[in-house]
Amino acid sequence: MVEVRWHGRGGQGAWTASNLVAMAAMFDGKHVQSFPAFGPERSGAPIVAFTRISDEPIEIHSMVYEPDIVIVLDPTLLKNVRVVEGLKKGGFVIVNYEGPGEKLYKALGVEKGVYRVYKVPATKLALEILKRPITNTALIGAFIKATGLVSLEGIEKALRERFPGPLAEKNMFLIKKSMELAEEV
Amino acid sequence: MVYGMPRIPPEKQILKALNGDEAVAYAVKQSLVDVVAAYPITPQTIIVEKFSEFVADGEVHTEFVPVESEHSAMSTVVGAAAAGARAFTATAANGLALMWEILYIAASLRLPIVMAVANRALSAPINIHCDHSDAMGMRDSGWVQLFVENSQEAYDTVIQAFRIAEDPDVLLPVAVNLDGFFLSHTLENIRMLPDEAVHEFLGGYRDASKVKVKVDYFEEPVPLMLNPARPLSFGPLDLYDYYFEHKMHQVEAMKRVPEVVRRVHDEYAELSGRRYGDGVLVPYAVEDADIIITVLGSSGGTVRSVVKKMRERGVKVGTVRIRMFRPFPHRELAEILKGAKVVAVMDRAISFGSYGPSFLEINTALYPLREKPLLVNYVYGLGGRDLPPGDVEKMIEELVEIARRGEVEERLRFIGVRA
Amino acid sequence: MASEPKEPRGYRDLPIGAVPYKLSTAYLTGDWRALRPVVDNDKCVKCMLCWIYCPDMAIIWDGEKILVNYDYCKGCGICAHECPVNAIDMVPEPQE
Repeated sequence: MVEVRWHGRGGQGAWTASNLVAMAAMFDGKHVQSFPAFGPERSGAPIVAFTRISDEPIEIHSMVYEPDIVIVLDPTLLKNVRVVEGLKKGGFVIVNYEGPGEKLYKALGVEKGVYRVYKVPATKLALEILKRPITNTALIGAFIKATGLVSLEGIEKALRERFPGPLAEKNMFLIKKSMELAEEV
Repeated sequence: MVYGMPRIPPEKQILKALNGDEAVAYAVKQSLVDVVAAYPITPQTIIVEKFSEFVADGEVHTEFVPVESEHSAMSTVVGAAAAGARAFTATAANGLALMWEILYIAASLRLPIVMAVANRALSAPINIHCDHSDAMGMRDSGWVQLFVENSQEAYDTVIQAFRIAEDPDVLLPVAVNLDGFFLSHTLENIRMLPDEAVHEFLGGYRDASKVKVKVDYFEEPVPLMLNPARPLSFGPLDLYDYYFEHKMHQVEAMKRVPEVVRRVHDEYAELSGRRYGDGVLVPYAVEDADIIITVLGSSGGTVRSVVKKMRERGVKVGTVRIRMFRPFPHRELAEILKGAKVVAVMDRAISFGSYGPSFLEINTALYPLREKPLLVNYVYGLGGRDLPPGDVEKMIEELVEIARRGEVEERLRFIGVRA
Repeated sequence: MASEPKEPRGYRDLPIGAVPYKLSTAYLTGDWRALRPVVDNDKCVKCMLCWIYCPDMAIIWDGEKILVNYDYCKGCGICAHECPVNAIDMVPEPQE
C-alpha cells in the first residue's frame, strides 16, 4: 500500500487532486481511498488531504501518519508547515517550486539523499493554461512522472468523469506539460 | 469458507469511486423509494444533496420533501410509510436528536423506514466530526441499528435495510450508521449492482398489503396502512390498559430481527459476492485468541489491520466487529468471546456516569458464562479524534499485560486523550 | 374459526402497530355525562349552530328536528351555550 499526503490551501484543489489520483488508480485496477483531514472549508487556509493506493482491499480508516509521498501545491506553505513530517526514508517530495534545487532543500529543511525531491513550476503552468492559479493537476503530472503510480489513461478517464469536456482536455494537456517540466533535484 | 460465484460477477457490477454519503444516495436511488424527506446536516449533507440531483434530473420517481427541520423530516417519512410508501431519510448528531420523539413513533407504529445516520458527535462544544453518541442516543427507541465499516458496505447495507425493515416478521425502522467523515467523506472504490438486480432483490416497490392486521370491524384482515377505504387509526391514545401489550409487539418483533438480517445478508451475498461475517457479527482470528477486541464501524478495519500485524508477531489476538447493535446479539457474541482471557470493548461514545454503551451490552452478554473473560472498556475517538494504528497497538500491548497478570484494575479506560 | 378473545385482550390477540381493534364508535362515551341536553324543538329555529359546535358529532338532524345521540354526548353543554334562542336545556341525568 502506498500512502500520499497532499498539502495545499483551501481552494487550490488538493482534495480534488487526491480524488482524481484515487479514481485513476481505481481505473488501473487498484483499491483506493481519498479523504481530506477534515475541517470547515475556508479558502486560503492550509489543508491536508490523503490518498491510499493498494493492490489489496484497504481496511484501515485512520489518517495517514507515515506517507510514502508528500505533494505540496503551494510553496508558501513551506515557511509554516513541516511537510516532510513522518515521511518514510526514500519517499518522494513533490513541490510546486520554481527556484533552484538547493534553495528547495533548504526550504524543506532536509539533507540531500534522504528523500527523492521533485519540483515543478505548477503556478506558472496553471496560469498559462488554465488562466487561474489552480495548481492541483500540474502536481498530478509531476506525481505521475516521479512515481509512475497511476497511468495516463487512468487519469484521463478520471478527468473526463470529473470535469466537462473542454476543462478535462485543458487539464490533460496541463498534466502532460507538467510531466515534461517536472524534474528531480 | 469457499463460496460459489455470485449471481452478478464483479465485472458485471458498476465500478465507481464514491464517498460513503454518495454510496448511500446511489443505493437509495436504486431502491425504488417513494418518499425522501430530509434536512441537511454535516456530515450527512452529501446524501441528500446527491439524491436531490437525481430527483432534479428525473432519474427517480421519488417525492422529495425538503422540510424545515429533522423533526419534520421524521414526521414526514412516518406519514409516508403509514400510507404504504417506501420512505427514507438521513441525518446526524443534533439533527438525530431533534428527531427523537418521532423515532419512537416510527418504531411503535411499525413503519419500515430506512434512515442513514452519518455518525457525528453531539454538541456542546459544537463539533462536526465522528463519534457514535448520536446513534447511542436512539438505541432504546425501537429501531434496528446496523453499523458499516466502509463505503461499499454502506451501499450494500442500505439496500439490505429496506428488505429487513419491510420483512413481515420485522416491520421495524432500520438505521444504517456510517462514520461521519471517515466514511461519509472518504472516496473509495465500490461496486454497484445493476438497477434491475436491486429492484429484483427488493421485490419491486414496497408492497404494504403484505402485512395484514385483523380488527373486529372488518371480516377479513386488512393491510396495515392508512387507507380511507379500510380505515385504521394510527397512534391514538393508549393508556395503562393496552400500552404495555403494544410494547410487547416490539419486544417480539426485535427477537425475529437477527434471523432476518442474516437471511437478507446471505441472499445479498449470493447476488453480489460480498459478505460481512454472518451479517450480525464480523469475527476475525478469534478461534484461538487470548485477547479479543470488539468494535463498531470504520475502526473495525483499522483494528483488524493491527490485529493481523500483531498475529505475525505471535500475539494471540482477534477482533469482532459488531455490525448489528440493535437488537444486540448477546448470545452469539458470548459464544465467540467465551474462550478469551481478556475482552476489550471499544466504544466511540460514553454513557456519562457509566461506561461505553457496547461495554454494558457485552457485560450483560458474558454474565451467564460460568468462566468469564476479564473485561475492559476503551473509550476512544470522541469528537472525531483519530484512531491511529499505533494507538491500537499500544492498547493490545496493555491487554497482553492484563492477560498475563490476570486482573483488571481500572475497567474504564481512554485512548488518545491528553491528560 | 377461533373463539372471540377474552377481554381485556392479551398482546397475542392484538393487531400490531398499536392500531385499535375496534372503531372509535365502539367506545360509548355517553356515560361520562352528568348533565344531559334536552332540545325544545318548538323554540328551535333550525340554525344548526349546535350541530356545528358539538365536538362529538352527537347532534343529529333527522330532516325535521334536532335530536341528540346520547350514546356519545358527554354532556359538555356547548350546544346549550351556543343556542341563540335558548332552546337547549342542560338537565341532571336521572339517578338510578
